Amino acid sequence: MSGATAAGEHGARSAVPGRRTWRLLAAVALLVALPYLPGFQSDFGRSLLTQMAIAAVFALSFNLLFGQTGLLSFGHAVYFGLGGYAAIGLMRAINHGLPLPMLAVPLAGAAGGLLAGAVFGAVTTRRAGTIFALISLGVGELVYAATFMLPGIFGGEEGITASRTRATVDFGFPLGSQLQVYYAVLLWTVAAALAMYAFTRTPAGRMCNAVRDNPERAEFIGYNTQRVRFIAFAMAGLFAGLAGGLHAINYEIVSADAVSAQRSGTVLIMAYIGGAAYFIGPILGAIVITWLQSSLSDYTSAWLLYLGVFFIVMILYAPSGLAGLIVMHRRVARPRALAGVLAAYGIALVPLALMAGGAILAIEMGYRLSTQPELGTRMRLLWMPLDAASPSPWIVAAVALVGGLLLFRAVVPVVASAWERAAARA
Amino acid sequence: MLELVTVSLLNGVVYGLLLFMLSSGLTLIFSMMGVLNFAHASLFMLGAYLSFQFGRWVGFWPALVVAPLVCGVVGAAIERYGLSRVHARGHVAEILFTFGLAYLIEELVTMVWGRNAVANAVPAVIDFPLFHVFGSTFPAYKGLMMLISLAMFAFLYLALKKTRIGLVIQAALTHPKMLSALGHDVPGVFVLVFAVGSALAGLAGVIGGFMLLTQPTLAHAIGPIVFVVVVVGGLGSLSGALIASMLIGILQTFAVAVDYSLLDLFRALGVIVSRGSPVYELLAIKLATAAPIVPYLLLVLMLIVRPRGLLGTRDV
Amino acid sequence: MNACTRRILALGFTIACLAGPAAADVKIAFIDPLSGGGAATGILAQKTHQFYIDAINAAGGLNGEKLELLSYDNKVNPQESLIQLKRALDEGARYVVQGNGSSVALAITDAVQKHNERNPGKEVLFLNYAAVDPALTNEKCNFWHFRFDADADMKMAALTDVIARDKKVQRVYLINQDYSFGKAVAAAANKMLAESRPDIKIVGDELHPLQKVNDFSPYVAKIKAAGADTVITGNWSNDMVLLIKAGKDAGLKVNWETYYGGSPGAVTAIGEAGVDALKQVSEWHRNAAPELDATVAAFSKRYPGKENEYAYWRAKTMWDMFAAAAKKAQSNDPVKVARAMEGMKMSTSLGEVEMRADNHQLLQPLFVSTLARNVKYDSEGSGLGWKTDAKVEGKATALPTTCKMERPK
Repeated sequence: MSGATAAGEHGARSAVPGRRTWRLLAAVALLVALPYLPGFQSDFGRSLLTQMAIAAVFALSFNLLFGQTGLLSFGHAVYFGLGGYAAIGLMRAINHGLPLPMLAVPLAGAAGGLLAGAVFGAVTTRRAGTIFALISLGVGELVYAATFMLPGIFGGEEGITASRTRATVDFGFPLGSQLQVYYAVLLWTVAAALAMYAFTRTPAGRMCNAVRDNPERAEFIGYNTQRVRFIAFAMAGLFAGLAGGLHAINYEIVSADAVSAQRSGTVLIMAYIGGAAYFIGPILGAIVITWLQSSLSDYTSAWLLYLGVFFIVMILYAPSGLAGLIVMHRRVARPRALAGVLAAYGIALVPLALMAGGAILAIEMGYRLSTQPELGTRMRLLWMPLDAASPSPWIVAAVALVGGLLLFRAVVPVVASAWERAAARA
Repeated sequence: MLELVTVSLLNGVVYGLLLFMLSSGLTLIFSMMGVLNFAHASLFMLGAYLSFQFGRWVGFWPALVVAPLVCGVVGAAIERYGLSRVHARGHVAEILFTFGLAYLIEELVTMVWGRNAVANAVPAVIDFPLFHVFGSTFPAYKGLMMLISLAMFAFLYLALKKTRIGLVIQAALTHPKMLSALGHDVPGVFVLVFAVGSALAGLAGVIGGFMLLTQPTLAHAIGPIVFVVVVVGGLGSLSGALIASMLIGILQTFAVAVDYSLLDLFRALGVIVSRGSPVYELLAIKLATAAPIVPYLLLVLMLIVRPRGLLGTRDV
Repeated sequence: MNACTRRILALGFTIACLAGPAAADVKIAFIDPLSGGGAATGILAQKTHQFYIDAINAAGGLNGEKLELLSYDNKVNPQESLIQLKRALDEGARYVVQGNGSSVALAITDAVQKHNERNPGKEVLFLNYAAVDPALTNEKCNFWHFRFDADADMKMAALTDVIARDKKVQRVYLINQDYSFGKAVAAAANKMLAESRPDIKIVGDELHPLQKVNDFSPYVAKIKAAGADTVITGNWSNDMVLLIKAGKDAGLKVNWETYYGGSPGAVTAIGEAGVDALKQVSEWHRNAAPELDATVAAFSKRYPGKENEYAYWRAKTMWDMFAAAAKKAQSNDPVKVARAMEGMKMSTSLGEVEMRADNHQLLQPLFVSTLARNVKYDSEGSGLGWKTDAKVEGKATALPTTCKMERPK
């Protein structure tokens, strides 16, 4: 979607749908079919897909601020949460007889997010950079604390609940089962993603990019940078609120957690890891992080540590994110060139596996000893039984880690030269 | 009434000095390098845990020295091997790096010491009432904390203004290229600054670990307030940080003691707000309940009205 | 690239998700705080429930099937808890055990009711072992929720009975956590003290944010300034320990009338200053009976260490009753077990217990106890332990209820 041009972009619209449109339709078809694929047929699988979709909308809205306009916000969950509260309010009204379909609830979320974005944006977009980041942090903490101090509006600690099935009209589209919820959420997700993409192609969207890249120059050609930032902020708030509305439908409860600093932090990680420079980056990030949060925690209690390490490695060595990595490899996608790179990866895989294996061994043993001592020191790592109290696994871990690290450093020039050759050939 | 005011003032000063201890290192790093170090509170937490562990092995007084040293070394390593790669990419990348680091340190601490709070009790040698005020006792460890906090201020102030290395650091803040051209090792200066800042955080953690509960969520609990102090105090200003921390400490402590709300104020002025009015709930909030958000209100106000803070010498 | 990437990812997830949850066994979801401010309480409770489940399995299981405990961290957060509940249900759990955080319990009981309405045949029961907001067995009651701890009002009734008899109590300060449970404690204290001792003056009624206050010194200063001689508080876990710590630091000399004075760490925090001053109302303490029940020794053997001191007697009652109900119903189906558990009476070593059929509240003996020296069994290795002031029999703890329960056909 980013970079690649297709027929129909410039000038007159072609009567035949372009290559890009076909790709989009194929993607949508896949998404529609996803709940019926093996592995996703359980409630858990469909619930996971729904969560990914909601996270994708949220992350895309964050990127309207971050990737598109260069505004780093540590309090984006405020708009998600306030939209969620607005949505759950509408749900309760529908429960009490208001003749609207549940499907329309995310609109209330969007409205709530837009209102909040406009109100807070008017005040906070005067500055960019670090000050903006700090203000967003402060506003986030303020709103979070306010949800506890105004229990009449926000429901206090307990939050506000509603039912997604108690409605007087549904236009034949009830939201009882997880499958139905998934399709409703998917509908809104695709609509939101298309809308956000469309926004980035409008002059306003382009000006956001300009303000990000060179605010001084944007001012010089006559644009008020604060107004541009404000528009971006309001749009980001709108779509974050929409995501909040979807969240309200999916969980039927909204509480202070929806505006918490933790949620703000998670969406930031999603957008960054996915690749903030590409439109599709946050979608990738949302999918990966949601999956990690859900499933990795089943296998290991150290999953948050692995996530932290993953994040830091990405910042240091792959700042353009997963999307950036994919684009980078796409450039050398010619078969001969790619073969060389893949071979180099194969060589690098051995020290990498050694290093990772050593680290994972040490981490898992550490967690077992400190957080679950009553389970004893005998444990299994994958298929290998071992005793965390004895020194031998620790020595093995240390040797693997250090040895792997040294070998890896020796192998890096090999990979680098393989890339050079591939780039020359491509 | 006098008792409440005196005791609250004392408590406020103690809390304020704790905040200063915590934020002095961050002020140094933020002012000198422009890096908003999200991992600062995590290093504070690390200091608390290390003092607990070393305290068990070698006793409290050696731990008081060793724990900050270890934190300083960790800080130096973070700057030398991690942050230095990120400087060139701008402040946003630096912030994100330290943000990820905060997650990492929290999980590493969990890995080593578990999720429960550790029994980081006040060592017997400083656990006695120092003096009595209006029938309340003032424990000695709080007195030690105040002493250390003021000593930190004195050390930093003198080091920055009166020593040569301090002048070099101040120059690196505004004219790094010129400084480099004159032959000073600017990256080395940055490592030093980060190390000292982290060591200060660790030292704060040693004492703070007794006052608060030493558990993995400690960094989350105290982190955001530290940013408030640094920003409200002003960037590049140590005195500003001290004033800001005292202001916030005293304000917040006094706020808890005030059981009145805006509604009461209005009532005193003769304005009656009806119960059905939408702002009723907002106005009915007692100041005591609103105490936790006083720092953030101050932050947002300050950033909107005067972004360079109380005594800031430069803009962000 | 769009579709391509998505296809690859979808394939990857398909493979990953195929490693789904295991089958068979009766799965029991434990959704309580395993990190953060409530962790000490939640982790200890998890070990306790695991202990009793293992005991049931060792004795042959429940109607021949083994029990499995799946643990989820609720972070004392209703929304997070519902996310975890969803996961638990998707992994096949038919019973949910929770206790820490009435706010969480309210969310779970609501969610369980909705789930059961929408999924007949896949009903789930909610076994509440510690969330004591009275609403759960009154206006928010439902057939699927069973509470095994005396509610906040019942406990306050026992406390105020003892306070009423103490003529030295004149000025009472209330300090509680600002959420449903804390407010319930404050309301009950106001009401019951006014009834039994109208001469007592309530000099303060404070609500502080839940699990957020690091330093209670300002609150202690207020208590002192108000001239209180007694403090009534429902604080638990960190909030209890930090409050007590601040009180001790400032040399506050009051009677501490608490619900959770036995929270892990509280006795250590107050030390000698708590003798004859720290009181609690609970269904058990280490000196409630002349000899420690064998279960305590067995638990301590399995989980040694000060932080694992046995605390949840009501968990034993809960699992005993659960096993008995399943045996009586001759089935592990939640609906049948629920019907068997309603109205069930049991004998325990501390007295008679009964699960009320009208609101699913367990009636069990309550003890009001004070921290003292020279007791048979001390707490947390401090040399100090609990001594009973008064015991209220199960039946006498019953309070009227507003519950209008709808039963399944």
